This record gives sequence, C-alpha cells and structure tokens, in this order.
Amino acid sequence: MISQLSWKIGGQQGEGVESTDRIFSTALNRLGYYLYGYRHFSSRIKGGHTNNKIRISTKPIRAISDDLDILVAFDQESIDLNAGELRPGGIVVADAKFSPTIPEGVQARLFAVPITAIAEELGTSLMKNMVASGASWGLLGLPMEVFNKAVEEEFGRKGPAIVEKNVEAVRRGAEFVLEQAGGPLDEFKLEDADGKQKLFMIGNEALALGSVAAGCRLMSAYPITPASEIMEYLIKKLPKFGGTVVQTEDEIAAVTMAIGANYAGVRTMTASAGPGLALMMEAIGLSGMTETPLVIVDTQRGGPSTGLPTKQEQSDINALIYGTHGEIPKLVVAPSTIEECFYDMIESFNIAEKYQIPVIIATDLQLSLGKQTSEALDYDKIVIERGKLITEELPPNEDNRLFKRYELTDDGISPRVLPGAKHGIHHVTGVEHDQEGRPSENALNREKMMDKRLGKIRDLRVTNAIKAIAPNENPDLLIIAMGSTGGTIEEARERLTAEGISTNHVMVRQMFPFPSEMLEPHLAAAKQIVVLENNATGQLANLIKQNIGYHDKIRNLLKYDGTPFLPSEIHKACKELI
Amino acid sequence: MATFKEFRNNVKPNWCPGCGDFSVQAAIQRAAANVGLEPEQLAVISGIGCSGRISGYINAYGLHGIHGRSLPIAQGVKLANRELTVIASGGDGDGFAIGMGHTVHAIRRNLDVTYIVMDNQIYGLTKGQTSPRSAEGFKTKSTPEGSIESTLSPLEIALSAGATFVAQSFSSDLKQLTALIEAGLNHKGFSLINVFSPCVTFNKVNTYDWFKENIVNLEQFPDYDPSNRIAAMTKIMETNGMVTGLIYQNKERKSYEDLAVGFKQEALSKQDLKLSRQDFDKLLTEFK
Repeated sequence: MISQLSWKIGGQQGEGVESTDRIFSTALNRLGYYLYGYRHFSSRIKGGHTNNKIRISTKPIRAISDDLDILVAFDQESIDLNAGELRPGGIVVADAKFSPTIPEGVQARLFAVPITAIAEELGTSLMKNMVASGASWGLLGLPMEVFNKAVEEEFGRKGPAIVEKNVEAVRRGAEFVLEQAGGPLDEFKLEDADGKQKLFMIGNEALALGSVAAGCRLMSAYPITPASEIMEYLIKKLPKFGGTVVQTEDEIAAVTMAIGANYAGVRTMTASAGPGLALMMEAIGLSGMTETPLVIVDTQRGGPSTGLPTKQEQSDINALIYGTHGEIPKLVVAPSTIEECFYDMIESFNIAEKYQIPVIIATDLQLSLGKQTSEALDYDKIVIERGKLITEELPPNEDNRLFKRYELTDDGISPRVLPGAKHGIHHVTGVEHDQEGRPSENALNREKMMDKRLGKIRDLRVTNAIKAIAPNENPDLLIIAMGSTGGTIEEARERLTAEGISTNHVMVRQMFPFPSEMLEPHLAAAKQIVVLENNATGQLANLIKQNIGYHDKIRNLLKYDGTPFLPSEIHKACKELI
Repeated sequence: MATFKEFRNNVKPNWCPGCGDFSVQAAIQRAAANVGLEPEQLAVISGIGCSGRISGYINAYGLHGIHGRSLPIAQGVKLANRELTVIASGGDGDGFAIGMGHTVHAIRRNLDVTYIVMDNQIYGLTKGQTSPRSAEGFKTKSTPEGSIESTLSPLEIALSAGATFVAQSFSSDLKQLTALIEAGLNHKGFSLINVFSPCVTFNKVNTYDWFKENIVNLEQFPDYDPSNRIAAMTKIMETNGMVTGLIYQNKERKSYEDLAVGFKQEALSKQDLKLSRQDFDKLLTEFK
C-alpha cells in the first residue's frame, strides 16, 4: 500500500487530455484524496504536446512531485517527452494503435491498450480518453462506481445514451488492462483516503469565488492567459446576484471601467496578466490619486512582451510596485496558497475601500491554474468592511461649499460619499486637488495632499503579511519565497531536516508596502539566507536587500525556464549553498 | 425642481475668452434642468484637454479622469448606478485619437450614456498640434507643411459601429445644442453628440464665421427621417460631415443594461454586499 502517487496524461492539445484529467481527478476528490495538479500546455488550441499531471495523496500536499508513477499516453511523443520522469517500475498505459515503445534506459512497464480500437468499436474515437482513463483507474484498483459517477456528471447534459457509452468505454478499458495485468497492481494500491468531502479547484476559481463572497458584483476584463478563468467563472455567477461581467475592448478600458464603477459604489474588479497590467499602469495612478478603491488580479506568467504566456514565472513584482508614474499609495499582496487566494480577495476589497487605494493581488501561473485540494472555506470569516463610506443622508452644505471628499484627517483617510447622495457633491480629478477635489497647484496644498495619500498606507499590513515556519532559533538556512512555491519548499525542507540541515521558511505575502519589521528578525537569526523565485533577476531578494539589508547573507535561487521548482531542485541547491 | 442655475458652481473656467466650450457648458446645464434632473442625479465624466475640465464647472457629481478614457469610466459609473444620468465629455483628440477604441466600443455596447465631444479640430491644451479632425493641409506646430492624413469622420464611424443616437451641433447655436443634449439624455442607450466648438487661440481656419458659412442645418430638410440609417449616412457624406441636428436615432434597440441577463433594474450600488450562507454553500458544491 502506498500513501501517494503521481499520474500524468499526455497527448496532442484538443485530444481530450483536459477532460480526462477533470474526470479522473473529480473521482479521486470524491474519494477524499488530496490532489495537486500541474498543466503543461502551449499557446495554441489544437495540436502540440500537452500534459496534465496530478499528485494524489492521503495527506495534504502542495507541490508537484519529482517523479511519475503512471503515464497515460495518446501518442509516442508523449512517451518520449515524459518517460524520463517515470520512477523505476513505473507504468505506461498507451494506445496500441501507434505500437508504443519505451525509450531505452527507462525501466517501466508498458500496457499497450487498443484505446482507439475500443473507442471506435463503441462508435467514436472521441471516447478514447475514456478508455484510457478507465484503464489507468482499473490498474489502481479504485472503486469503479465513483468513476462512473464522475463520467455521468461530465456527459450528463448530452443525454443518457452518451453517458452509457462513455461508462462502457471506461469499463472496456479497465477490463482489457486488468486481464493483461492479472488484476489491480498491488504496488499502486493507494491507502484509503479519509473519505471527507474536500474542495478541489484552481486558484483562479478561488479568487473568483472570493470576489463574490467579498460583494464584488461587476467585473470588467479583457481575456488573457492565465487570468481568463476568473471572468469565465464570474459571468456565470454574477448575474445570479444582479451583477455582470463586461468584456471590454482592452485592458485600459477594463481598469478604467472598474474605477468608474468603484467610484459609483459597486465593488468591481479586473484581472489580467503582465501585458495587461502594463497597459493599466496609468489608470492605477488615477485610482491612487483620486483615492478610488480598485482591485486588480495579476496572474503572473512568463514575460517580457508575450514571453511565455502559458508558463510559470514571478517576474512582475517590480512592475507592480514601481510601474505607475509618480507616487501613489497602493497594496501589492501575493497569496501563497489556494485558500489565501480566497481570503486575500475578501481582504483586498475591504482594504481597497478602507484605505481608498488600488490593491493588486499577484498570483503566478501555477497558483492560478494548478488544480488542487483546498481546505474548507469558512463562511464566518467573510467580513465586509467599507471604511469611511457615508451611507446616511448628509446635512446641507454651508455657503455653497462642496463636500470635503479629500478632507485632511489624522489617518489621511477622508470620508467618502457616492454619486447620487444629496449634499455630497464634490469634484474628483487626477489633477492635484484641494480638499473639495478642485484642481490646485498651490505648493503647500500639494505637500499636504501627497503626505495625506502616502501616509495612509504607512502601517498597512494584510493578515499574515509574512508566513513563517520557524522551528529553529538559528537555522543553517532561511528559505524565503512567494506565491505557489511554498509547498515545494516544505518538501525540500523535510529532506534537508532528515540530513541534519536546519532550515526555517518564510513566505512573503505583502510586497508593498514591504513588511520589513516582520521579516527582519528571521533574517537576523539565520546563518544563511536563500531567496527562491521564478525570475532571472531576483526581484524579491532585491526588495529585501533594499528594505532591510543583509546583502552578505542573501543568496539567490532562481528558475526562469518556465517550469515550477521541483522539490529535488530546491533540496540540491540548498545543500550546495550550505 | 432645479433650474439651470443650480447646475452652476463658483469655479471660473480656465478656457480662453471666446472658447466654444463655454456654450457647451451652458447647454449641458440647461438641458439637465430641462429634463428634470437634480444636481446629485447627474455625473459628468470627462477626459483630458481643455474641454476635459468641463466636469469641474458643472454643479453635479464629476470625475475628471485620464486622457482618452472618459467613456470606460462613464460606463463603469452607469453600470454601478443606473439611476444616475451619466454624461461623458471631452475633446476630439480625447475621443477620436487616444480614445477612439473606446468610442467605437462604447457605441457598440450601447450603455445609456450621453457622450458630448467638443470638436475644435486641434489640440489646444498642448498648444496647437494636429488632431484627427484637422482638415488635410491644415498647418499646425506638428504639421508645419500641412496635415497629410485624411480627416476622420466620427459620424460615419458612429453609424457604421451601430450607433443608436448620432447628433451634431455648433456651440453658437445654444438652442439647437440644448435640445439635442436633452434628446440625448432622454435616449435609452448610447448617444453621441459631436459639437463644433471653435478654438479661438490655435485654430484660425475653423472659426465661428467659417462654421456659420459651412454648416448645413437639418431644419432645411423638413422631410428628413432620422430613423433611416441609409439616409443618415448619405446626408453626412453629402454635407462632407457638416450637417447639424439629430442625424440618426434608433429607438428600438435596447440598452446594454436592459439586455444583460440578470442585471439588476435597481442601482447595483445600493445592494447589500453580504452573501447568504445558503448562497455560499451552493457555490461551494461545484468544487466538491
């Protein structure tokens, strides 16, 4: 019996890799296993190798594995490209149609299943993904009825006849392979999971769900990889709550429409990736200058320019902090888990309104698109805070004055009133302005207004601005990172600990304003520090050096080939550093 | 009931004496009062340029945003609170150069926003460069040998983009302009009102006198039918774009907010934000 297993399906894009993965993982989720997925895909719709990998475990996991147990291949290319990952004794389930072979040097067991032949016999080669997944499910010896239920849900809307055919395809696939293997393989028999119902989603869905919970009722956005799932989710849900999604002509329209809607009092978001964020920079300045709440998600992908649009990277941090001309208050927060995607979204909407600032939530491709098990999401933690928003009727203005929307206050945050309110009329402009919002070039006013705006965020800290796992008083090594890499670091740490190397681990969740005072004690305590990031210039490491120091202790661990870190890579690199 | 005086404030415009924009401001104030608005029911969203300042000169809610983006901001305001009357405004550079992409798509989207363009065929605030509305051969600081690009025809573009309300006026004709803005405010959908608003400082060609000589007022054609799109296009082309009046109106097409499935009839901004436990649990079941 084993406690975890890695499964991968590969083929040409458009061949059913996605749907097979979806059904396979849904069934596993129903059984209560913890799952963590990784999608390898390209910026094209049909053709080109693609694969999905799922890690299955009886315990929580938040990382892809170094190796692979089972590979389901629709073509020889999928075997050639991925067989190297197979652990000795691993399995390849492949379509007999292309006479599959295992590359030399790979010790794996091949099951050539007449996948296409069975599917065609049943009516259409489209069902070959069902035959293939049935075969691999059968080898694992997992209960067939759970799998059939997932198939039923996937094809239910196409009618019972289609469901029945697909269930039959699954059965035939399993039957064939089990006859070849002589029954389920003991060495791949997973221990029973706890059977508890878990949530299974991608980070983009957690973000979108979080926004609905936060009271977001409008989204204006332009499609882009890897952010589009957020708008696709919200266009299905927001109309149920009276709202909508507008697909705009570009990202500039998306962000300015969101600013207009937030100004008029509806929690509105936009989401994009690096290229879109670059276009939004001027408008983010307008939000900062006019103190209009704004929430933007940046699902980071490989840059610069079009870069690697379907690959992992964490290289927008500098752009998000410094991108806008002039100086504005803002918050840049980077969730590091799927649960944080949900809760950070709610907190971001609250902070955007309380501090009247733009908030940028920076994920990365692996966090946004990797489908994974989430802990239960707690309804009681959903709190709506709107800060100094005035909802009651205002007294008439004296002497025909305007409402002091930019009143100078102790905390720099002014009362806010929404268009439509009687006696609340004021002006809003991106030009420097006085307390009533009227343009002003007065030097003294300029200083006061700059200080007011920038002062608002001086002490702004999100919940867990850093997240520390620090069991050692003076660790040999402190590993610092952001985004989706935390789970992988934990696996590497287990191996380092077993070898007698003591490590602490900090995920930085707030990029701006930088939580120096929280991070500094961890830096001071460590003998050495490594900052791990998916970019080529060490943007997070530089932030730490700039804000805190410790230049002599800090080392970079950088990966910018488009793929996420593996536990073994972190383990090896950390050992070399010590 | 508010009169046009209630829509005045005490800010002195920074426009040059004689600027056409003064009349546009007055026409907006009169039209707003004439359609029965109170100042707090109106939001004027403007772009950047001389004319962009207009939102600060009208006693109403107003947002003076960034160059070329008054339309997406105005659409956001309208989506958030459809009980507000929303005017977007700016110059020909703002709407037809940097913001042209938004103009075309705001027309297609057909949200209930009235867009008033103060068209002076020149860049004023940057002190005299060519605009997409400048005539060919027009000499400016950026085209010392005369403009060599063709003149953009916003009315033709609006019609071909599916506009439901297209009008044009001249800032000297306060009566016509006020009436057209009223019609735009009453139109259920997107209305484009292009207003010839002379720049007395940098444009010495397209002057008040020049417009008076060249404008073709639709009043001359008692049989003109503004619901006929082909006739509208023909009239624009026949007059070389100099026609004024209500050129086209489609009263049949519903606005975006009325077409969007599930979109609330009441102001979204007045809605309770908190999700019920039941709704939340329902959302979660999809991920199980």
